[in-house]
Amino acid sequence: MITLLFLLLGIMILGAIIALESRDLLSSIICLGIIGYSLTIIFVILQAPDLAIVQIIIETMTLVILIAAVLKTDREDTTETFGWRKMLIWGFGLVVIFLVMMAAVRAYRHLPAFASPSLQIAAYYIDQGLALTGAANIVAAIILDFRGYDTLGEATVLFTAVVGTMTVLRKTGRKEK
Amino acid sequence: MKSGMTPIVRWTARFMTPFIMVLGFYVILHGHLTPGGGFAGGVFIGGAYFLMVLAYGSDEAKSVFYKRRASLFECAGIFVFWFLAVLGLLRNGVFFLNVLQNAAPGKPYAVFSAGIIPLCNLAIGIEVAAGLFSMFITLAVLSRKEKP
Repeated sequence: MITLLFLLLGIMILGAIIALESRDLLSSIICLGIIGYSLTIIFVILQAPDLAIVQIIIETMTLVILIAAVLKTDREDTTETFGWRKMLIWGFGLVVIFLVMMAAVRAYRHLPAFASPSLQIAAYYIDQGLALTGAANIVAAIILDFRGYDTLGEATVLFTAVVGTMTVLRKTGRKEK
Repeated sequence: MKSGMTPIVRWTARFMTPFIMVLGFYVILHGHLTPGGGFAGGVFIGGAYFLMVLAYGSDEAKSVFYKRRASLFECAGIFVFWFLAVLGLLRNGVFFLNVLQNAAPGKPYAVFSAGIIPLCNLAIGIEVAAGLFSMFITLAVLSRKEKP
């Protein structure tokens, strides 16, 4: 199982690099799709059906929106970077990756193993969730009752994002006086 | 995006859309019983609208009308969600308290159970469906007019 997870992780990293480096915007978006669908498979393997449903649907919707938006442009990434500037970016990125890896090796040595031990607060939610909230789906009991504030914040963030998009991209400008 | 797609795509979209919508409402209403919930079901319903607009095409005037209607439903959804959250504060003095569950607990594993959780799921579903659809209309259908 761990091998399959690492394989999918490698595919995701590869897809991300291709999406960044591709000149054709449509190819970039399809490579973004690789990342999202691999994440769906990872959620299924880790036995999280709620997340898998949301991830696969959201990924499909996002791809539809992005493809429909890109087809209105001329599908080419026109950002030009100079030679020395590109070298600088790559060098800086490699240094940062190296430093993060060094820190991660030191930090992960002290972490407990993957998914063991399960947390005590989670055990309380699993035992008492049905009795306290009456919701048979433990995920719904947690996100809408025990951790309701989070969901309220997320819904507000989504609302704000949609309002912001429609404000920035609106068709008719403000009337000038 | 005025003309839409071929008759095969149109017919398939028209055939599939009711099933997708029913599945979306099922996922929302059974969000406290089975995997899924307001967010997933809302995206299903928003996707059904995407499918119709992509298959049949849409002109500017219709899109502006869709966008206004979607904004209305989005605001209604977030308002209902906040109202349910404040309801606990008004009734018992605790923000986001599950008032219905304390007052009249339903039978577990029934659709009408779990207090305000199904209502919150419904509000989130409406908000997500309308929000995604209005974002889709804004990004993909409406084009920016060149300023004279």
